[in-house]
Amino acid sequence: MNPDSMPPAGSRAAAAAAPGYRPDSQSTFRTCPVTTRRIHDKAEALVKANAVTAIVFLLVGAIAALLLVLTRWQAVHLLSATWYYRLLGVHAMSMLIFFIIFFEMAVLHFASTALLNARNAAPKLSWAGFGLMLGGALMVEWKMWAGKADVLFTSYVPLRADPLFYLGVILFAVGALVVTFIFFANLAVAKKERTYEGSLPLVVYGAATAAIIAVITLLHGAAIYIPTFLWSLGLMEVDPQVYRLIWWGLGHSSQQINVAAMVAIWYMLGALTIGAVVLNEKISRSAFVLYILFISMASAHHLLVDPGMGPAWKIVNTSYFMYMAVLASMIHGFTVPAGMELGMRLRGYTNGMFEWLRKAPWGDPGFSSLVLSVVVFGFVGGITGVTIGTEQINIIVHNTLRSPGHFHATVVSGTAMAFMGATYYLIPLVFQKRVALWPLARIQPYIFAGGMFIFTISMTAAGYFGVPRRHWDITFAGAPYSVPFNPIVDFLLALVALGGVIAATGAFIFVAISVKSVFFGTALGEITKGTAMVGVPRGITHPPTHATDVDARNAALHDPARGLMGPAPGTIVLVMIFLAVFALYFFSNWKILSFLWKIG
Amino acid sequence: MHTETHTGLDSPKGNWWKPAHRAEKVWVGIAFAWCMVLFAMMPLWHWKGGQNPSGIRRKVEPAAFMARTQEFIREYRVGDDRGMPIVEPPPGSDIYLMGMAFQWTPILKLQKGASYTLHLSALDVNHGFSLFPVNVNFQVVPGYDYGLRITPNSSGDYRIICNEFCGIGHHLMVGRVIVVDPPVTAMTTPGGGE
Ligand code: HEM
Ligand SMILES: [Cu+2]
Ligand SMILES: [Cu+2]
Repeated sequence: MNPDSMPPAGSRAAAAAAPGYRPDSQSTFRTCPVTTRRIHDKAEALVKANAVTAIVFLLVGAIAALLLVLTRWQAVHLLSATWYYRLLGVHAMSMLIFFIIFFEMAVLHFASTALLNARNAAPKLSWAGFGLMLGGALMVEWKMWAGKADVLFTSYVPLRADPLFYLGVILFAVGALVVTFIFFANLAVAKKERTYEGSLPLVVYGAATAAIIAVITLLHGAAIYIPTFLWSLGLMEVDPQVYRLIWWGLGHSSQQINVAAMVAIWYMLGALTIGAVVLNEKISRSAFVLYILFISMASAHHLLVDPGMGPAWKIVNTSYFMYMAVLASMIHGFTVPAGMELGMRLRGYTNGMFEWLRKAPWGDPGFSSLVLSVVVFGFVGGITGVTIGTEQINIIVHNTLRSPGHFHATVVSGTAMAFMGATYYLIPLVFQKRVALWPLARIQPYIFAGGMFIFTISMTAAGYFGVPRRHWDITFAGAPYSVPFNPIVDFLLALVALGGVIAATGAFIFVAISVKSVFFGTALGEITKGTAMVGVPRGITHPPTHATDVDARNAALHDPARGLMGPAPGTIVLVMIFLAVFALYFFSNWKILSFLWKIG
Repeated sequence: MHTETHTGLDSPKGNWWKPAHRAEKVWVGIAFAWCMVLFAMMPLWHWKGGQNPSGIRRKVEPAAFMARTQEFIREYRVGDDRGMPIVEPPPGSDIYLMGMAFQWTPILKLQKGASYTLHLSALDVNHGFSLFPVNVNFQVVPGYDYGLRITPNSSGDYRIICNEFCGIGHHLMVGRVIVVDPPVTAMTTPGGGE
């Protein structure tokens, strides 16, 4: 049977026509031809503005990235010292803060309106939030490019930047806080106006998790940037260690916003591309709650070799609290692929362990982004992150290239990759355009993730030799003593450059596709289900809907007679491989540590 | 039409707090057990392992730390290298290293197998202590004294790279640690000891 010929999932259609559904009179809605959801024009405009702004910052960050890798590659050593450090700040702020958070704001607007058939509760305030964020971001960029804030994005006190730099960050954060509150207001209005039946969809629940963590994060942000702003004006003192503690309360929890948003997008892309189902709502939702409960304490793993805190504090905060968040990620790392596997099996791809993977739409950039994001985030980002965040192992890692090697595998290959995948669906569904440069779009995720894979692995390897991060010249020309690195380091840094250039190219292609589609693209036009179209992801032309007897099929796959492997045996094999790699990497690091001088 | 089986984009109807399949429960159990292993390794290493970032930690005024370091240099100075004092403290003693943009003061001359309490602090901004090529890294924060018990296990000419950004001259900041073999007569236990 052809699974694609089935009618759309009933629950979606039912939600659009939910009884008692009364949009307020001033709002204009359109009905999405693909998902049959009702989309509020004002909400949609906000999604568009935030997404486009995010992508502009991605462009700025990627240009800086290209120049940075070409500087770290000692054979080329492109930038001067001053510009290397300056652009390092620009890169991190533009990417980690502006690109990622503007995109998250787009996700929040989208999840709280379009996914619920709901309206934006306060469009004017939403635009005010957007304006504050943009104004703050431009202020920060201005100060950095002008050389008035050569303090990198962590701006560790007592390094001092122009007060307007800190003020810009504060404005940006206040704007983001406003948007976050609007997200909750949208949810409340949707509930009140009964635009959907039942509980929040899991994707919206994940977005809500991200929003709650965002509030916690932004409060830490206020707690540190407001005093630092006053300090920069000479009005108060800020202790350097206390600064690091609270700054990482902001800096680390914000990574958890990224993780929660990324996981929500994993569930969304799984549903859109291959009809991934939710294995068990209880488990997935509980895992999101673990993120909220335990994450702000994980800031400790940035301070493991700091003088201000003792071992008990370090262990409790990294292990008890952080490992519960790690547990949550390990749960999603199972439920997401298992939901994908089950979704495919329910649609008839039941042969062997891996037919569900072999027959998956690998040419759909939404799908390939999803898989690459899950794999690189889990295998590289997750494993390295937990390992280097161990109290003692951090001694051989802190501030070496292993650190950026790790987080480019999480927030870049994981979060940024997932956001790119989501964009390939936002372009047709929200912007109502075809994806431009389609042949390039189909390979873009492979370019970006492939480049990042080489980049992160070789950075991690260089870090083993003690190569420092944030360092302009490891040949130490001009320094009083020579520092003779193992010659293999030259090779590794060349690989870092190779991977970095490939990844940056992937980012540029993505920007080109997005800009061309949105501003110069062809309208989406009529979609004939079952007919492939250039510039339209397969999940839209061939919606991965389930047969009406899906519950019966699901029950059959859950039959206890199928044994412990259950409905998703392929995933079990994959997670076992994951666990083995994890254990191997973890314990080999302890082994390396044991060869060092005795320290204590 | 209403199906129980749904995607993450659909609202679950009714009560979704339902028992999970055994496979999922088992995975949650395994993941939890693994997290406990990750946790247990840290206290275990404090107990049995030789490398821990514990140290003696206290607040110190930068000026006081500088005065203490200068006194230390006066006491044990054995020479200098282009103006930077070389200091050879007796095994077992407290030794001092201060970071400031863009140098580490002084040069330390230590004995293989002997233990010292290395006090690290910064006078101006954060610096990063990175012992090359051993690859031991600590954060050096102004206003805080980090006293770490160290025991060099090999002789040689080592470097201290600064690996925390401390200003535009950051990449010029390199210090030096020399580890020499202990004099034969002084060796009470083979290979030295605590
Ligand atoms: C497009 C591909 C990218 C490339 C080639 C790239 C490359 C680099 C390089 C070479 C560094 C400097 C490492 C060092 O010398 O210490 C760096 C730092 C960094 N990157 Fe990226 N990056 C990319 C994308 C991103 C993205 C998307 C994000 C965030 C979402 C990001 C966040 C950061 C951060 C936070 C730092 C640390 C800056 C610091 O140490 O102050 N990067 N990146
Ligand atoms: Cu320094
Ligand atoms: Cu430095």
